[in-house]
Amino acid sequence: MSAFLDIIASAGLWAAVLRIATPLIFGTLGALLSERSGVLNLGIEGIMTFGAMIGWLAVFNGADLWTGMLVAALSGALFGLVHAAMTVSLGLSQHVTGLGITLFASSLSYYIFRLAVPLASTPPTVTPFQPISVPGLSDLPFIGPALFTQTLPTYLSIVIALLLAYIVYRTPLGLALRMSGENPHAAEAQGVDPIRIRYGAIMAGSALMAMGGAFLTLSAFNSFFPTMVQGRGWICIALVVFASWRPGRALFGALLFAFFDAFQLRLQTVLGNVPYQMFLMMPYILSIAALAVMARRARVPQALMQPYRRGER
Amino acid sequence: MRLERREHRPLVLVVLSPILAVVAALAIAGMLIAAAGAPVLEAYGRILTGAFGTRLAATETLTRATPLMLTGLAAAIAFRARLWNIGAEGQFYLGAIMVAALGSSALSGLPGPILIPFLFAAGAIAGMALMLVPLWLRLRFSVDEVVTSLLLNFVAVLFVSMMIDGPLKDPLAFGWPQSMPVADHALLPKLVERSRLHIGLVVAIVAALLVYLLQARTVFGLQSRAAGLNPEGAVFAGVPLGRTLVKVACLSGGLAGLAGAIEVMGVKSYVTTDLSPGYGYAGIIVAMLANLNPLGVIAAALFTATMFVGADGMSRAMGIPTYIADVTVALSLLTMLVAIFFTQYRIRR
Repeated sequence: MSAFLDIIASAGLWAAVLRIATPLIFGTLGALLSERSGVLNLGIEGIMTFGAMIGWLAVFNGADLWTGMLVAALSGALFGLVHAAMTVSLGLSQHVTGLGITLFASSLSYYIFRLAVPLASTPPTVTPFQPISVPGLSDLPFIGPALFTQTLPTYLSIVIALLLAYIVYRTPLGLALRMSGENPHAAEAQGVDPIRIRYGAIMAGSALMAMGGAFLTLSAFNSFFPTMVQGRGWICIALVVFASWRPGRALFGALLFAFFDAFQLRLQTVLGNVPYQMFLMMPYILSIAALAVMARRARVPQALMQPYRRGER
Repeated sequence: MRLERREHRPLVLVVLSPILAVVAALAIAGMLIAAAGAPVLEAYGRILTGAFGTRLAATETLTRATPLMLTGLAAAIAFRARLWNIGAEGQFYLGAIMVAALGSSALSGLPGPILIPFLFAAGAIAGMALMLVPLWLRLRFSVDEVVTSLLLNFVAVLFVSMMIDGPLKDPLAFGWPQSMPVADHALLPKLVERSRLHIGLVVAIVAALLVYLLQARTVFGLQSRAAGLNPEGAVFAGVPLGRTLVKVACLSGGLAGLAGAIEVMGVKSYVTTDLSPGYGYAGIIVAMLANLNPLGVIAAALFTATMFVGADGMSRAMGIPTYIADVTVALSLLTMLVAIFFTQYRIRR
């Protein structure tokens, strides 16, 4: 028991929670934005992979770190444009299109990476984002090292979560977004163009997903390798349901999830005789459990996965 | 400019759509090959000769197509009923590990003609069991099965990794994490001498025919298609939706599990965590390329296997990463979706 308490009382755990949560916050917010407009984007896993690859590649070729993040975001928006063209303009199956984007974006990432970087025994690295100590706050005992010595993209992800919560609930744009996801016909009648809103939400959401991926190669690690996203995209899709499509809760859900992940990583060293695979399974099982608990209670956008064609019912 | 639903789907378009989709995908992938500084037509030529140039290459392509047919069928039958089974990868691994466990146990004392069908069934049941989890979650808690079946892939592979690192680990494998091999008489007979091609191909083709007949000629087939076309209408017409979906899930998961079983018994004889180069996910593409038609799955699996096997040879000769095969196949899924759309809609000014 005391081993458990020791883990929870270490500042290192809480610092790790924020670090693990960051890509999930980006990805969950991106998926949430898209789904609030009425479109599920299962391209997330591939878009995160592509963002991780292209952001890293830009920095590897001499760009600075923020340019790398920007390149990743733009690439994400491009995949979002493809998804929007197929699911919004043509009204194709959002499930299958998204999976297709994931398969395409991830294999394209590996192709470009392999072309740009020849096979080497040790993968090449870049200098990643360094932790920034918030002046004053980082000197606080325990809380300082736990919460205020993160890299800038982590702080950015939290700012974006708060900003998104504000936009969704407090601005005309947010109202138009929610209308497009709840009832696009009514939105149209109010002079809102649901098609444009959906294009915008999918592209902006995909940009956020790609930034989550880029965080992996530019902050959490310093190199790119295939399959490094490891299902984080799918976990984000589950977190959106867990958050009941609310940005604030998405932030909370990602942090809660990251807490369990950081906790099990440290638990592995305490419980040495349990196979490590059991611990690695936990995030996925936890996501499934969260879905089972929340699916009925969550407030699904009413027009989610329904294509909207003007003049067609 | 607007889109208008076609009154009827012209047969020419329906037949041409997969071909046009593949041509479009090859054209886009060709740009990527050109961007890498290689001659595009020569690259595609080498893919063809790499896949069919020699007798050995052709048998290798057919060997690769076998699991793709089965996972393609698994996706096709589920998607037809609008049951989104994205978990074929996990079901494949669970079928494989089940066969490795039983095929290396005391049960392997059974004679071959009994043991082989028994192991087929065991692998299928393992895949079925895994697919019933997301279905149960959907029916009981209304959880979208896409995400749950996807997440279970990771759980299944980790479970396999745990088994081959633990109770099923082969002590003779110099410390490598791989399962004990199945008994020699549980291995599938070869179709062609001195090649890897085994009778699993015949099993896969027969499975495609059976699924076709099941869908076209039986009450269950009608009910499963109705469940996909219009669930509310189907219930109204007296289709037992839950029971139909359970049957579809069993069939779909079973086919994916069988694919894993056959891959172990036909090709590898033991299980590692790289047994499948994404057969489960590629199955989704195969199913879509076939427009969910079980007989089309055979052709779509052949195309996909051609790309994968051919790209290996082309890559060695021309320095283009083998991932070009994955890119092309994924692209053809996207172009196929658009092609199907234009068999149903036309553009009007």
